[in-house]
Amino acid sequence: MTASPLDIALFAAKLGVVFFVILTMAAYLVLAERRILAWIQDRKGPNRVGPFGMLQPLADLIKLLTKEDFIPSAADRWLFLLAPAMAAIPAILTFAVIPFGAPITIAGRQVPLLIADLNVGVLFFLALSSIAVYGMAIGGWASNSKYSLLGGIRGLAQLISYELSMGLSLVPVIMLAHSFSLTAIVDAQSTVPFIVYQPVAFIIFLISITAECKRIPFDIPEAEGELVAGFHTEYSGMRFGLFFVGEYINIIVLGGLATTFFLGGWHGPFLPPVVWFTIKSLAVAFFFIWMRGTLPRLRYDQLMHLGWKVLTPLALVNILATGWWLALAAS
Amino acid sequence: MPLISDIKAIIAGFGVTLHHMLRRPVTIQYPEEKRVPYPRFRARIVLTRDPDGGERCVACYLCSAACPVDCISMQAAERDDGRRYAAWFRINFSRCIFCGLCAEACPTLAIQMTPDYEICKRDIMDLVYEKEDLLIDGCGKDNSYNFYHHAGIGVTQPRGAGLEERLPVDVRSLLP
Ligand code: SF4
Ligand code: SF4
Repeated sequence: MTASPLDIALFAAKLGVVFFVILTMAAYLVLAERRILAWIQDRKGPNRVGPFGMLQPLADLIKLLTKEDFIPSAADRWLFLLAPAMAAIPAILTFAVIPFGAPITIAGRQVPLLIADLNVGVLFFLALSSIAVYGMAIGGWASNSKYSLLGGIRGLAQLISYELSMGLSLVPVIMLAHSFSLTAIVDAQSTVPFIVYQPVAFIIFLISITAECKRIPFDIPEAEGELVAGFHTEYSGMRFGLFFVGEYINIIVLGGLATTFFLGGWHGPFLPPVVWFTIKSLAVAFFFIWMRGTLPRLRYDQLMHLGWKVLTPLALVNILATGWWLALAAS
Repeated sequence: MPLISDIKAIIAGFGVTLHHMLRRPVTIQYPEEKRVPYPRFRARIVLTRDPDGGERCVACYLCSAACPVDCISMQAAERDDGRRYAAWFRINFSRCIFCGLCAEACPTLAIQMTPDYEICKRDIMDLVYEKEDLLIDGCGKDNSYNFYHHAGIGVTQPRGAGLEERLPVDVRSLLP
């Protein structure tokens, strides 16, 4: 198959738009989080920069860019410099497999609204989510600070606790959709979203992705009450900003994944598909913020307990139940 | 069943935060909105005058002695008619903790707290208020009290002319 210049141009345009939208959304999610947390605490939140504080992300960006990029003298220089990118890039790469709208037709061509329709999209996501933790672990190790190291170790320990249940909670979805491709999974939900068939898997997935993006109640690698700022204690300026933006990109991407796997993807009545996708993803992101304003942080061992002794067995039972149900439905 | 009650508690927690999210924030947007303090709010200190327009302060140093952070200083002086006053009077507002003890200590109601809380300055030396900055034209909170109508006998008025006093008895007229 040879790609015509138009195809390449369309693809590049898609890539640019997605990149821009994701980064802008991540920046505004920071603002939204600060405002919503403020409302939860009966405050108003940042509302000084521009109307309703809408230019606050810009001000934050200028502040981060003009701050000193400090490298501790005993740090492992190159790993220290690379780690923030290693944390942010997998987050944004994951979005490549998420279909965010119905295919549209431009100049007589079908343009699917996703970057890459991998037939192993689910595995791609699971692989990237494991890679993302390296940024955190390496950053924590390379900082040569006890707080960062503890944060990095906790991040790894957290990964092995939630990742299994996250993967297992997706197995019923794959069983229902008969495919690893996210496009096929969305198509399978054109009438009924999978949350109706798989509420348990959805809850397990939601808890696991909260742990995946290291947010309260699972912000154990950061744990500012115990570890100063955890794995990014030694980072400053835009390198800290990358970790930070990576976290928010992760929220958006995981919101999109929850939408794709359980909430019917871009399917929905009346509104255009892209709008439905955005609404559903932002609803998940809102839930994350709401949860941050509500729950306290779990202890290290409580997360292990939850992951290994509750969520993983529950997910396994759920898989068995789904299999039994599918077999019954087939016969 | 602890699991059920735990889940219930978590859901209740979400309800509480949702409720607060929808409530009006308590924030006061300071430079645009200003709260009106109560009349007895303790902020910028003033030196008041008595109803007749004279300075109330008699430079007794009681406020200066009462001040826990030692931010009041003054120099006492005496007028020809014997009435005392402060030659200079200084309050360092960069040290003042607005406790109000000076106003409580003052026997003449000269030093008083006002509700004017906006006294930030760019230069810290501007927070040292001299007598001319402190002295106001009015009586402040008690506009009928004049110390010399009750005390200060023999200085501004003859013996026995105070409001609660009778004229001194001429002991010779009491002879049997
Ligand atoms: S208010 Fe308190 S700290 Fe301030 S001058 Fe009076 S006694 Fe001193
Ligand atoms: S202000 Fe009152 S307490 Fe202070 S020196 Fe004057 S009269 Fe005395």
